[in-house]
Amino acid sequence: MTQTRPWVPYLLILPSVAFLALLFIVPLVQTIWLAISDNGAPSLANAQRMVNDINFGRSVQNTFLLTAVVVPVQLAIALAMGTMVAKIAGGRETILWIWTIPLAISDLAAGLVWLSILQNTGYFNSLLFGLGLIERQTSWLSYQTPVALFIAIAIAEIWRGTAIVMVIIVAGLNQVPKEFKEAAEIFGAGPWTRFWRITLPLIRPALQSALILRTVLAFEVFAVVYALGGRNFPVLVGEAYNWQNQNQNYGVAAAYAVLIMVISLAATLVYLKAIKVDPERLP
Amino acid sequence: MKRLLSFGILASTVLTFASPSLAQTVFLSTQLRPIEEATVVREELLQGVGDIDYVVEEPPQFAVRMEAERQAGKHTISLVGALHGELSPIADRDGFEPLDELAKKLADGGMPQSLLDLGKLGKTSQQYIPWMQATYVMAAHKDALQHLPEGADVNTLSYDQLIEWGRKLQEATGQPQIGFPAGPKGLMARYFEGYFYPSFTGGVVRTFQNADAAAGWEKFKELWAQVNPNSTNYDFMQEPLAAGEVMVAWDHVARLRNAISASPDDYVVFPAPAGPKGRGYMPVVAGLAIPKGAPDAAGATKVIEHLTMQETQLLTAQRVGFFPTLNVQLPPDLDPGVALLAGAVTATQAADDALISLLPVGLGDKGGEFNKVYMDSFQRIVLQNEPVADVLKAQGATLSKLMTDTKAACWAPDAKSDGPCPVE
Repeated sequence: MTQTRPWVPYLLILPSVAFLALLFIVPLVQTIWLAISDNGAPSLANAQRMVNDINFGRSVQNTFLLTAVVVPVQLAIALAMGTMVAKIAGGRETILWIWTIPLAISDLAAGLVWLSILQNTGYFNSLLFGLGLIERQTSWLSYQTPVALFIAIAIAEIWRGTAIVMVIIVAGLNQVPKEFKEAAEIFGAGPWTRFWRITLPLIRPALQSALILRTVLAFEVFAVVYALGGRNFPVLVGEAYNWQNQNQNYGVAAAYAVLIMVISLAATLVYLKAIKVDPERLP
Repeated sequence: MKRLLSFGILASTVLTFASPSLAQTVFLSTQLRPIEEATVVREELLQGVGDIDYVVEEPPQFAVRMEAERQAGKHTISLVGALHGELSPIADRDGFEPLDELAKKLADGGMPQSLLDLGKLGKTSQQYIPWMQATYVMAAHKDALQHLPEGADVNTLSYDQLIEWGRKLQEATGQPQIGFPAGPKGLMARYFEGYFYPSFTGGVVRTFQNADAAAGWEKFKELWAQVNPNSTNYDFMQEPLAAGEVMVAWDHVARLRNAISASPDDYVVFPAPAGPKGRGYMPVVAGLAIPKGAPDAAGATKVIEHLTMQETQLLTAQRVGFFPTLNVQLPPDLDPGVALLAGAVTATQAADDALISLLPVGLGDKGGEFNKVYMDSFQRIVLQNEPVADVLKAQGATLSKLMTDTKAACWAPDAKSDGPCPVE
């Protein structure tokens, strides 16, 4: 069948390719052109504007710092959660379901939830006041408390984004054959050795996907930070948004967008190289 | 069957695209967006002027949509209502029908010429018709009044008195009690352009980096020591005011209204403080304009005429708290909160040392970057504690380039200029 009509597979993927080209490639090319042109001529003026802006250095630093803190913590928590849930026989689905609730909440809503906890008149201050630990409202999210602000944003991000990592890792753990572990157990390997030598290498593909997905999303962090930190904690996507919406300079906004894309692509490449997946295990 | 189905889909698609919302005049507005206010517009303010579709859009999306319709040449919007600064970029690209005839009629009907001139946006023909106006005032909880420094009157505050008041409030309550809307969506830039700079330097652009400005920034740092640090998160001061996070606040009247209307007996509303050069203040003007290529320009003109009628203007003030652009007396049965705000607006305009700062004219689509110059200066000088002179020099260079690029001439209170407004 496919021998006689070799064009059929191409025909079948044509709609998706056309769809992507129309709604992804075209805007992508337009954005890149917007970033590297000025009044219709090629120019680096937008990139210069971006780099010389007072919030550029801070937003790069904040974005990387947040990614560097949030992603490993999420990975560790997700691995722990995944391993724990694997041992549970009854009620496993219910626990997974509860753990994935944050996934169902939009970024901005998650940010607002944490804002209502951490703002001056929020639940956290009420709790501290009730326990007699503070005498009056304390600010956690102001420019004068950068460490508390950073921790607050990191916690909110960890709360919101761990579920997606966990879901992928649980899927990976489910594919690890029981026999391997049993064999290792017979040869006297402890739980720690089994985890390092058997589980972790076998869930590499899942780890790779989870890390790529989560890191790219971490570089694109915006709504949670915007709700909690606003002007006090500039991040790359936030700056792109400000240049587009408030300063109405689409060129500099495009330069930020291209920068974020380059960083994300570079991070993906690093993961693809660093966490090698055995080609035989690929589908 | 299959063929019939695909025919049906095709037919319905064609119909969807082919039938425009019949004979409706689309009125796109960036103002009166909240659902309560939009309902007032639809059900009360636009009653009896035909079939009007009142659509609201946030300012950034408004700009994008207008530019998209202009570039595509396919117009669906007949009338726009937006702020002076939001209409300016569109007028810059010749996107509006001239409205000179209508302007002349309104001038004869009692609309102040100075206000109408703003609607020219620095061009020779009338670009928009002033629709509603507002300004910025200060509001304080009545409990704060007992801490007013001796001899100070809230209606004629100076910066020194405000600082002293803030210090006493902080002493009494243990927390800074003054608030500014310096959050990402707050209107803090307008504070610097319309209040701080005119009051301390008598100018906005020309005087950006002079000695008066440097002294003013030092004074502002003193004030900031009494300002709640959460101010960089505040967008609408009515929220922290109503929540009791701050007792004294500066903001746009529409962004104070909810707190004050909710309990008018608890608040006093008064003009912003005066500096060495006077009591700077900035009017806010929302205008109505007809885009070039509007499908129903005649209907749009009718709506403008209706909205600028005396009765409609008074109804607007009463129902949504924006003030008339016509020279009319507000009715005595006004909502008590709106009446308080209106009183402060009158007190501001009538103050002996009042110094009006007009809205920027001729900046085109660079209005956002103009605001950024002031906000970046604020961030560097006040929040990051950088040396005032260095920051003003660097930001002054940016401002100077902006003025040269846009060729915008000076506007009040800066002295008139021949070419682009210079940064001295």
